[in-house]
This record gives sequence, C-alpha cells and structure tokens, in this order.
Amino acid sequence: MQYHTPSSFSEAVTISNSADGLVKYLAGGTDVLVQLKIGNNSPDHLIDIKKIPGVKEIALREDGGWTIGAAVSGVQLTNHKKLSREWPGLVEGMELVGSAQIQSRATLVGNLCNGSPAADSVPGMIAAGATVSVVSSSGTTEVLVEDIPVGPGLTNLGTGEIITAVNLPKRNKHEGDAYLRFIPRTEMDIAVVGCAVNLSLENEVIRSAKVVLGAVGPKVEVATPAAECLLGENLDENILSIFSDKCSELAKPISDKRGSEEFRKEVIGVIAKRAAKKAYDRALGNK
Amino acid sequence: MAKDDITKSFKFIGTRPNRPDGFEKVTGRAKYGADISAVGMLHGAVLRSPYAHARIKSINFEKAAKLDGVKAIITRDDFPKDREGEPLKLLENTIAGEIAYYDGHAIAAVAATSVFTAKEALKEIEVEYEVLPHVIDVDEAMKPDAPIVRKNAGDFSVPEGSSPNVASYIEFGRGDITNGFDKADIVKSGLFKTEAAHQGYIEPHACMAQLDHNGQGEMWVCTQGHWYIRQMCSEVLDLEASKLCVTPSEIGGGFGGKTTIFIEPLALALSKKSGGRPVKIVMSRSEVLRATGPTASASMDVKIGMTKDGYLTAGCVEFRMQGGAFGGSPVSEALQCAFASYNMEAVHHIGFDVLANRPRAAAYRAPGSPMAAFAVESLIDEMCTDLDLDPIDVRLMNAVAEGSKSSYGPKFKKIGLIETLEATKEHPNYSIELGANQGRGVAAGYWMNHGGETSVSVSLAEDGSVNVSVGTPDIGGSRASIALMTAETYGIPYDSVRVNILETGALGFNEPTHGSRATLASGKAVYEAANQTIAEMCRRVAKKWQIDPDAVYWENGYAKPAGPNAGDFTPISIKQIASEMDQTGGPIAGHHESSIRGVGHSFGVHIADVEVDPETGRVTVLRYLVAQDAGRAVHPSYVEGQFQGGAVQGIGWALNEEYVYGEDGCLQNAAFLDYRIPVASDLPNIDTIIVEVPNPDHPFGVRGVGETGIAPPLPALANAVAAATKVRLRSLPMSPTKVLKALKTGNDGC
Amino acid sequence: MNKIHVKTNINGDQVEFLADSRETLLDCLRDHVGLTGSKEGCGTGDCGACSCIFDGELVSSCLVLGVEAEGKSIETIEGMAGQEDLHPLQKKFIEMAALQCGFCTPGILVAAKALLEKNNNPTETEVRYWLAGNLCRCTGYDKIIKAVMETAKDIRETA
Repeated sequence: MQYHTPSSFSEAVTISNSADGLVKYLAGGTDVLVQLKIGNNSPDHLIDIKKIPGVKEIALREDGGWTIGAAVSGVQLTNHKKLSREWPGLVEGMELVGSAQIQSRATLVGNLCNGSPAADSVPGMIAAGATVSVVSSSGTTEVLVEDIPVGPGLTNLGTGEIITAVNLPKRNKHEGDAYLRFIPRTEMDIAVVGCAVNLSLENEVIRSAKVVLGAVGPKVEVATPAAECLLGENLDENILSIFSDKCSELAKPISDKRGSEEFRKEVIGVIAKRAAKKAYDRALGNK
Repeated sequence: MAKDDITKSFKFIGTRPNRPDGFEKVTGRAKYGADISAVGMLHGAVLRSPYAHARIKSINFEKAAKLDGVKAIITRDDFPKDREGEPLKLLENTIAGEIAYYDGHAIAAVAATSVFTAKEALKEIEVEYEVLPHVIDVDEAMKPDAPIVRKNAGDFSVPEGSSPNVASYIEFGRGDITNGFDKADIVKSGLFKTEAAHQGYIEPHACMAQLDHNGQGEMWVCTQGHWYIRQMCSEVLDLEASKLCVTPSEIGGGFGGKTTIFIEPLALALSKKSGGRPVKIVMSRSEVLRATGPTASASMDVKIGMTKDGYLTAGCVEFRMQGGAFGGSPVSEALQCAFASYNMEAVHHIGFDVLANRPRAAAYRAPGSPMAAFAVESLIDEMCTDLDLDPIDVRLMNAVAEGSKSSYGPKFKKIGLIETLEATKEHPNYSIELGANQGRGVAAGYWMNHGGETSVSVSLAEDGSVNVSVGTPDIGGSRASIALMTAETYGIPYDSVRVNILETGALGFNEPTHGSRATLASGKAVYEAANQTIAEMCRRVAKKWQIDPDAVYWENGYAKPAGPNAGDFTPISIKQIASEMDQTGGPIAGHHESSIRGVGHSFGVHIADVEVDPETGRVTVLRYLVAQDAGRAVHPSYVEGQFQGGAVQGIGWALNEEYVYGEDGCLQNAAFLDYRIPVASDLPNIDTIIVEVPNPDHPFGVRGVGETGIAPPLPALANAVAAATKVRLRSLPMSPTKVLKALKTGNDGC
Repeated sequence: MNKIHVKTNINGDQVEFLADSRETLLDCLRDHVGLTGSKEGCGTGDCGACSCIFDGELVSSCLVLGVEAEGKSIETIEGMAGQEDLHPLQKKFIEMAALQCGFCTPGILVAAKALLEKNNNPTETEVRYWLAGNLCRCTGYDKIIKAVMETAKDIRETA
C-alpha cells in the first residue's frame, strides 16, 4: 500500500487519477483502518488528505451558512458552540458515532463516504439540506448530501472525485433539528434504526419539515410523505402518532444480526416520533 | 494457627492493602502474552475454515511457500497420527484433519518474518473444500435425522435411539418424584433456552514458542494454567512433558477460556519446522470469537412442584447442551447446580451433551450453573408470583444449610445460603419503591468450588523477608490475597512478602487458576509450606537455646519460649533467624504438594431492578445487588471485584450477548462491535454484601468466590423484566428485539 | 515493501522508526519503539485498550497509521507517571482495586486522564459515557468509575 500526503486537493485528484488499483482516502481513518485490519477492500493507494490546508476548519460563510472541512473531527464539531447551537441534531448525530476515542478522529465526510445505511451523521446532514463540495479534474461542484449514497457501502463518487467540505445552509429563527437512534447498548453499537428531523415553524406551526430515516433500507432515505404529515401542524399526540405510523410504513428494513425487520419497522416509528418532538421543542426555543 | 481458629480476628486478612503487582499494571510495564519478542522471532498466522462443516479435499501451499520471508507452513500432516481419546480431540480442535468442523476451525498455519508476510501467505494457500451439511442449534442437533457432526461420537452412556450427535447422557436423582409432585399444590413446567456466550476477556490469546528437533522447547503464553498447556501440548505433539518449559505471562482475563490450548501447539510445530526459531502467534479478536471456547448453548425443560406455602416438593430437569463439535458442554455441572440451593425430597436430572458445528466449548465462570439457574430460578419466580409469595421468603424456607444432603449427593458442611438470603432481605435495595415500567427480580446461584492439584514453595530470604512461589497465575489479585495469608501465617508485614508465579519447571504440577481455586488452594498450600519453615525456625532456635523444639512457639514473627518452664529467653525475630541461616544449617524453605480438598461451597443471591421501555423493548438496569458467602474475604476489595465482575458478565449474557449464526452456519458477530459485552454506560454501580460464614476446611475460612456471581444475574434479570412487564421471557438474551416481540405477543415463543 | 521513516515525539522523547505504511500507530509503538503498555484487544476501535493521546486528542492507536505520527506528539501509558511518583489516577486505581487482570487498565487510565484534564468535575454518568469505549470484562466497571470520581475530587480539592 502506498501512502500519499498531498498538500492540495488538485494534487490528490492527480494522484488518484494516475494510480493503479484501489484508491482510498484517509481523513479520520476510523472506517478505513478497520477495513485494513480485516483485510477487506485493502487499498493499493491511501491518500491522506489531512495535510491539505483548510480541511480541519469550520468556517462561517458570508451567506450565514457553514462550511465544514472534510477532516473536521467529531470533537471539533461538538466543541463548536455556535454550530452546535444552530444545528444540534446534526452535531449529535456525529457525536453518536463511536467512543470518545473515535470522536477525536471520525469525520462527517468519512461517515458519508463509508456508505453505510446506518451512518449516524448522515440523516442529520440530509435533513439539514446540506451539500458537499466535490472536486475532480474538471473542477468543483456542489452536490446534495442525499445524492451521495447509492447503496450499502456504495456512493456515486467516481474515480478522482473527492469531497472537500460539507456546506450547511443559513440557520433561521424558529428552526430546529434532532437525530435519535436506537441501539441495544447505550454506546458503541451501530444504529438499528435512526431518524433525523429538521423543522421550521411559523407561529408554532410547522411550515417545512425534512425527515430522514437511517438503517431501514439499503441507504439513508428521505421520508417525504412522513414529513408532509407534519406540515401545518403543531405536533400534538395525534399527529405524532400518524407521523410515527407513516415512518414505520415507509421503512423497508431487512433482518440481520442487529435487529429483525419487524423490530426495525416498529421502532423506527417510535424513534422518529421522539426525534420530531425534540426537533419541535428546539424550534420553539425550548431546547 | 489451628484450624478451629477460623472465627478469630486476623491482623492482615480482611485488610485492603495495595496489590503487589499494581505498579507494573498501572504503568504499562506488566508483560502480557503478546508483549514479548525474541531475537530471530517469526510471526505465525492461522488459516481458518470459512465453512461450518466441510471435507478438506486438498491443501496446496506451494505458492505460499515460495513467498519471500515464509519459513514454515504446517498442516495436520505435521502432527502425530497415532493420537486417540482426549489428545486426539485436542489435536482435532487445534488443527483440522480430514474435516473442518466449524467456521474458524484451523486448517493450516504459517510462520514468516513479518505478520504481513504471514497473512499474505495465508491468502496463497489453496484449499479445496467439499461443503457438508451443518447443524448449529442444540434442539436441531438432537433430532434423529440431523446432519451428523462426527460419526461414532456417542459414548457408552448414550441411550439407544438417540440422535447420533449425542456425545453422552447423564441421569441421576433421588426420592419418589411422582409422590413429590402429588404433594404439591401447584406444579409448573417450562422450556428455557440460553444462547452461547463468550468469556470476552480483553486480551486475545497469544504465545511465543520455541521447539528444537530434539524435543526440547520453551513457551511464553497467556494462560490460566501453564501445566495444562504443557500437558496438552505434550500430548498433542508427542513430546516429553518435562522437556517443555512453559512460562505464564501476565494474563488479560480468562474466565475459564484460557484453560486449554488453541494456538500453542501450532506455534511449537511452526518453530520446530522452521529450525527452532521462536514463533509468536497472536489471535485477532475475530479469531478469538470464532475459534476459541465459548460456553454451551442450552435448551432446558424444568418441572417443579410447590405447596401453596412455598415449600418445594419435587423437581425434574432435562438439559440439552451443545458444546461444539467435540462435546464437552458443562451439562453435568449444570445438573449438579440445578437444585443445589434447595432441600427437596425428590429430584430427577437428565442431561445430554450434544455435538454441533460450533467451536469446542471451554469453561466459562461456573460452567453450566448460569443456564441451570436461569431455568430453575425463573420457574420458581413464576410460582412465587402465581402464589403471591415473597421470593426471598420462599428461598429461605427451602434453603440448604449445614447437614443438608445436596440435590446431587454430597452432604453440605457449614454453608451460608441462609445468611446470604437474610442479608439481601435486609438490604435497602429490597425495599426501594419502583416506578412505572420498573420491576425487581431476585435469584440465587450456586457453585461447588474446586481445590485441585497444587504445588507451592516458600523460602526465607537472608533478611527475613519471604518469597512465595505459586503456580496459579494472578488473574484478579491473587498475589495480594496469597501475600496476606502468608503475612498472617508468619506475623510479618504484608510488604515483606513477595509472591512469584513460577514456570512449569520450578514447581510440581498445578491446576490452573480455575474453579475459584487460586486463593483457596494456593493459600492453603502456602499456609502448610510456611508452617514447615516456622517449624524449622523453631527447631533452630531451640537448638540455640538448647531446649526441646516443642518448647519453642511462633508468634508475630518471633520464635518465643513456650512459657516459663521453657526458660527465660529473649524472643528471636525472623530477621535474626534469617541472617544466621548460613550458620544454623543453611537455607530455610518449605513446600507443599497435594490435591486440595475442603473447598467450601458457595452461594449467592442477587437483586436486580430494571426499567423496560415499552415502546422499544430496551431493558435498563437501574440497581443491582450481589450478596455472596465468601467464607472469609482475604482482600475484601478483590472479593467485591469478583462479585461485581461476575454479575456484569451475567448481565451481559442475560441482555445482549449471544453467538449469532447465519443460515450458512458461520458466526456473524465475530467482533466486539456486535458481540455486545456491557460498556460502562450500560450499568449502575454494583452493590455488594460480603457474607462471611467461614469454611471449616480452610485454615483461614476461605471459600472460592470467583464463579458463583455469574449465575444469578440471568434469572434475576428475567424475573425483574417479568415483574416490570408482566411478560415472562424464557429465552436469552432478552435483547430489545425479543422483549418487544414478547410485549406484543405475550411471550417470547419459548 | 519500502518502509517510511517516521520522526515523532513520544512521551517527550524524540523517536524515529521505520514503518510499513500498513502498520498502525499501535503496531509501531509496540513493535518498533518497544512500548508494549498500549494493548491490542480488538484492532478495530471497539475496546479502547490501545488508547493514546495523539496531538492532544484521545485516540485508539489501532485506528491511526504509524506513518501519520510524523511530526506529531504522542503520549502513552508509559509517560503517565512522573519521575518521582505515579499519576493520581494510577495511585487511586491501585488503592481502590480498580483493576483485576490489568489488561484494559493502561487504556482506561489514558482515557480517564484525558477526561479529567478537560473536566475535573464530571458526573458519574459523564465518566461512564466517556469510558464507554474502554471495555473491561473483569471489574463490572464499578471500582473504575469510583476511582475516577475520587481522583477528580482529590484534584479539585488540591487545585
């Protein structure tokens, strides 16, 4: 395995395009090193992007949104007070990935590129309407996060296409997000189901909603019909119950060692309901 | 000190000094299995079967052997062909012959100059398999038409018409069962199931071995018992035992799983084949889970009769346990533990040891007892609920005591079940009010404890400090407890004792640190050996004083004249005696070798409080109490530690730990990510009560304390979940998936 | 395979070693530098026995490549005690019997130290969640959590 430390993304793209064999990128490494250990999909070339200027920065853009570098760690996100205040759901999704040790290294972009339908940080990014900046030999484009995963372990990124940053839109008043997951233990498990909800309110009534389900399909899925249940409502028990059922109905999980299909279908509704309530409370300003 | 003094107060025993090996262990200096390297050392790696059951048609390692840095490749052809009986089973489990019996079964091994090269070589070994039908579940394996794991595996005990996968059958009991059930006001029965669990020690197996062509060799290995390693490796490789010197490293947990061999003979064979170069093999976590010795899975029928007042009148059990492809489930121990806590006129036990295409079970903390406790203590709890009786009262009414004839035969000497039950009843945890969706569960557990072959020596250093040499690796503080007992015996400071754990060449045969025996057995042996040196010191002092040796006695580190008739002499300290050894007859040392008996049976009672999320089925442990009779807690902190550690292993087994197999018979959760042992945030504090009813057969009253603690949690949590939800789960683990399903349907389908 | 020359700082000492690019930081610490206090319990970031401080952050050294250590500073269990005395956590772990087999202990000590340096007044729940990535199979965590809480209290009182 050849280890590369490019000092710019264009250099990384060049290395990638000219490399023979499997190329992987190293940011936090918390998935790549596990694959190396197990001996699955061991790359021939590993491109460490951490020496590229700016990759560990969290920047407030002029338009009021945020740009989060590709190698920003979970700890950096959690410690960023303003970002955490504006996007608590997105930050808590990242924070749920692994242990304190993992948090020092793991990144949003890594979590996204690993392509797992159970990735904890991805539903929150999608619910937030986040995009990623993708650089390739033909320049930089902005792609919706929800368009990146295409199946278990698969993304639509081609050879020489590298994500440089995650972009979050400007946060407005009376908006709130939340991410919750279900795991058998209290920590250290992969989500059995997960759900992110992002809401904006007007006079305590939901004006827009995005609901994203994790671990109940081959990839993280946007649950538009579930979000539609919430529009124009102020989230009483009745609406929550309808919403919960809708999420269960939309879920298309499989049975595996982490949970049965039946369990996932049931519990995604429970988790979605709890996440919606949390997001709503946050949007109201009740924390 | 006479044995009848066991109730007296002690100077050192019962105190909590710093453990002698603490410094090394908090600074990273302690050397564990993988921490040693040698000049010229090679790295070993093992090729493992990807199938649950397959005929090995051919192995071609030509390409692998050509890789630069590969020094030796071994297959079954490199091992003796004439092994039989247990050595053959050990060999078969170490490396497959014609057939791979489980996912992860070793097929070949490589030694190379680097780990990477060894692993690359494994990829180049071509194995042609013919996949055979497999069976994983114990009840499936019991069916007459089940795939046959190994032909002619059943021994003489197996009844005619049994499945060919039954390896052995056991049946025993006493009293008139029919009459017993007739006397009952209610008779209840049930089927209970537990899944296989792994010991989950954090240190993977590791060893470094060296073996010359003349059969002389050495090994460094993490093990609970290095004499066992020596014996098993010698049997498997046809070596002369005394020529193999095995040194134990510090051990990173074992819980029974490190009492047998896996990689050790492979490392020796690789060393021999590479011309005697040292070979180190370190297992990966996935290898540990796939290919070491988890405990058995069990399917258990229980039937119990009870009067309306709560007296147990009769009990029957039939336990079916699979212990992997070579037999060896702890079904016999499970049967012995099933009703051991209770006085019951009529009991009947049947057990089947069943083969399945799984790794060969090894011991796991109180082997068999947790499964038995789950079945019996759950059913008793159901009956207490039906009759609206207090579960502790019912256990108190039926509890065995001194003089009771146990359900499996032996008569109990002084035991502490009643005292333990009373202690739990009085503990504040038993009366804390519970909220919605919360429940409390009570359960008892038993382990018979073990003494075993033990050999120790004690020697006086020239300054009067004492070296103790034992053969039981220190897995959780036994150096401290042995030093305390030594200090107590001599009456010298705890810090003046150093406890060493010696290699196989330095002492007689020692059984491993298993069966809760290290403190009990090595302690008893050290007491005997130390008293030999005390007698010798008294003899030398008597000579000096020119009086009869009987006129000298030992107290608090001094030889003293025994009363005015002996003469008026100034007591002589151990320091002075030691400093004059060279003048008085040379070194002073003692030793003791025996099969230690009088182990002191062990009982524990646990109370668990849980909350169940009715929407997700998640069980949260709110509070947990362990009460157990330790006989005498030599170092109470480490006794508490054993209670707490055992309880948490039991909690894991009850809630989330299980071996998950796919349709293909391969283990699906061979990583800590999905083999879910409890993490710190899953748990509350584990409260403890040390009950001390001294063991009359031990000089300090010690009973083994290690094992019992893992048995009660399984039923205590099931009983607590039942109390919280009014739904009874009869199969483990009580994972959220299973609990939620039970909440919907009223039961877990078992 | 050509090896890569790595220059780094470990426990205050300048250290150089040659690493295969596939080797983890844990491999390099153990096999090239001879610091075997960091343990490998899983190799996949699930057990925490290899916990180290890497450029000021708590990491699982099995999930860091050795070659990433170039120019960085690393603290391991071997650097935790002072020349004169043990770290207060180390002392407390011995005093309170917060270890049995001791295999997870180096990782837990390194992780607990990292916590107390951030927050010397954690709640029990915070300690339990912070240490969730450090598996211990012997103790049931009870005495570990209590030892960390007690050390925090001592640190606050002497501060």
